[in-house]
Amino acid sequence: MKLQEYTESRHNFEECMKCTVCTAYCPVLQVNPLYPGPKQAGPDGERLRLKDPWFFNYALKYCMNCKRCEVACPSGVRVADLIQSARIRYDHTKPKLRDRILASTDLMGKLTRPVAPVVNGVTGLKIAKSAMDAMLKIDHRRTFPKYSGRSFEAWLRSHEKEQAAFPEQVAYFHGCYVNYNHPDLGKDLVKVLNALGVGVQLLDHEKCCGIAMITNGMSEQATRHAVHNIAVLKKAVVDKGLTVVTTSSSCTLTLREEYPNLLGVDNSAVHDSLLMATRYIYERLEAGAKFRFRTDFHKKIAYHVPCHMERLGWSIFSERLLRMIPGVEFTLLDSACCGIAGTYGFKKENYEASQAVGEPLFEQIRSVNPDIVACDCETCKWQIEMSAGYSVINPISILAQALAE
Amino acid sequence: MRFDTVIIGGGLAGLVSGISLQQAGQQTAIISTGQNALHFFSGSFESMQEVPKRTLDLFAGAGIRVHYSPGVRLTPLGTFREAALSLEDTSLFPTPRFADKILIVSFAGYLDFFTSFLAEGLEKQGMSCRICVLNLPELEKLEQGPSEVRSVQIARTMDRIWEKVVQEIRALLRDEDTVILPQVFGLQDISVPGRIRQGVPARVVFAGTMPPSVPGIRTQMLLKQRLRVLGGTYLMGDEATRANIVDGKVHSIVTRNLGSHCLEADNFILATGSYFSKGLKTNPFSIFEPVFGLDVEYDEDRNRWYDPAFANDQPYMNYGVRTDAALHGLHKGKPIGNLFVAGSILGNTRPDLGSGAGLAIRSAQVAVDQILSL
Repeated sequence: MKLQEYTESRHNFEECMKCTVCTAYCPVLQVNPLYPGPKQAGPDGERLRLKDPWFFNYALKYCMNCKRCEVACPSGVRVADLIQSARIRYDHTKPKLRDRILASTDLMGKLTRPVAPVVNGVTGLKIAKSAMDAMLKIDHRRTFPKYSGRSFEAWLRSHEKEQAAFPEQVAYFHGCYVNYNHPDLGKDLVKVLNALGVGVQLLDHEKCCGIAMITNGMSEQATRHAVHNIAVLKKAVVDKGLTVVTTSSSCTLTLREEYPNLLGVDNSAVHDSLLMATRYIYERLEAGAKFRFRTDFHKKIAYHVPCHMERLGWSIFSERLLRMIPGVEFTLLDSACCGIAGTYGFKKENYEASQAVGEPLFEQIRSVNPDIVACDCETCKWQIEMSAGYSVINPISILAQALAE
Repeated sequence: MRFDTVIIGGGLAGLVSGISLQQAGQQTAIISTGQNALHFFSGSFESMQEVPKRTLDLFAGAGIRVHYSPGVRLTPLGTFREAALSLEDTSLFPTPRFADKILIVSFAGYLDFFTSFLAEGLEKQGMSCRICVLNLPELEKLEQGPSEVRSVQIARTMDRIWEKVVQEIRALLRDEDTVILPQVFGLQDISVPGRIRQGVPARVVFAGTMPPSVPGIRTQMLLKQRLRVLGGTYLMGDEATRANIVDGKVHSIVTRNLGSHCLEADNFILATGSYFSKGLKTNPFSIFEPVFGLDVEYDEDRNRWYDPAFANDQPYMNYGVRTDAALHGLHKGKPIGNLFVAGSILGNTRPDLGSGAGLAIRSAQVAVDQILSL
């Protein structure tokens, strides 16, 4: 029966039954009355926009693209995709300098690396924060991620030979955060995979996945990155037959879902070989591989499911790996948005909403009072560390810490 | 990944099954494509004329406060329906004429609560009604923009400002013996409806609103929490796409999000609901169950699927998957030994009769009993 395939609407919007369930789960609608909400911004608005683009509402920029509407929708409507693709199609305002700076994560990483200590010092200064607030409208209350003096790529290249010696190999899409801000997470992944007898390779020059470009009105640049990345991923997956692992849930969602659904870039050749490292590792263990854990590792860990991990539906792998570590007292936090949504929470106009969205999560973390919050997303990490005051660590790094030497 | 039981469908039937099995020591996973019928819940578990103790225990364990008092409940349209088991904040009355003078209170800007329908229905029963609309600055804030003011948005505000609402109602009350409020209280803080009842010097009745249902969402949150505390897994936003069947038994389930990573289990429960949640799908020629391809009971003649008179009993609402007496799903007439079917996918659930919740709970318990006795 092909009829239904032929009548499928863009992002399934005609499946919307107007049941309003998405409105109950939109974190933005709870705090920002200027946002029309997922139902109006998504399928309701799409009907009107198809008649006349005049109906495009610029308030769609308040959507955080957290995808919780899609996860909640009983009818399979890709609500957030509808909203983001409407922004791509109809919003032709040029992105501001600030948005271009925030979105160009790999360019900023490259520029700051030679002078990382200086940049880290300056972005921590009150006066610099006030200046950025006044000139760029980047909120002064925000804590900025630190930059690393040596990139992860440079580090892994210096270990290329020993990695190549492992009998099995994976490629790693490390993303901007690991490369420029936190190479230690990449090193932890290498340690954990090496413990399973797996060596780690770089891709042939990956670029930023482009997620921040998509949400900041730079879809053309994002598409260029997508085309480049898919070509690079194909070299690893198709030519070398490698699995590609990742440690960021947002990069993963972008490579797997946003490329075809929002940017129209075909990723079918690599889609099924792109896995969060936690899933890859879990599957190795299920197939019989074993970790040797320390016996003196005792930590109370609260796991936060990032929105994009929720959309991927893979938090179960991180959860199971953490529960597997002897000496871990595990709590699964309520699935709730932390409010930062990538670059969204950095913007002055969103700061208050961003903090208000995250408050119930911060409150729950405080009440659990863990030693560590575990989370697969770097921007959630910044938000939770700044706002709840707990140290947030990627599950891969926790595994690395828990392994016996 | 392996579980004792994998449950497909995260609504009332799925959650009741999951919680019961976890309590019995099983490891279960629930796969849920989006949210469920609890978001349209009336507050009463209808067709539960007899309530087993274990159902009450299950609710108590989850922190869901219910009361059993056979009678009638008030619908959002001012009509009455039989019910016996309800959430604590959903009133049940021995007869439809439950008051003499009623004050119906709504909030300015809230369009999903139909006060005139309510008044009309209640006046038919011989009760007199006065409608008041409260202007609350906290709700005006919600209305500033183009956003939709739905029950859940209001409920989030009400959890904070309910005391002020009590004050306003006290000032409004004249000689009414009963106050009717929209059911937008106690989304997060379940003590709020009770405290409002204590604060208002008249009987307080909470009447249902248009969806989403605040008591329904609260109920599902509490059930989900309970499942999690018991160690169960809830895969939200995933969809079972097909099943691997080996030697007449379900071996594993393939899901959209997990792809090649199948979910294996000894037993499976299919609780995917009816048409709305795509437990049953249709095309112009047939009605089918998409995960296992189970046999579906329906009329071969499409013209007999529906009655052109919209308000009549619609035959398609009675269609459902075929099972044997033990609720095993039937595939080409043969039962699949480790697959049990529960909830409204069984057919004969009619929104107009409100029979969904009762069927969900009772069939879930039959399935659970079968699995635990194996």
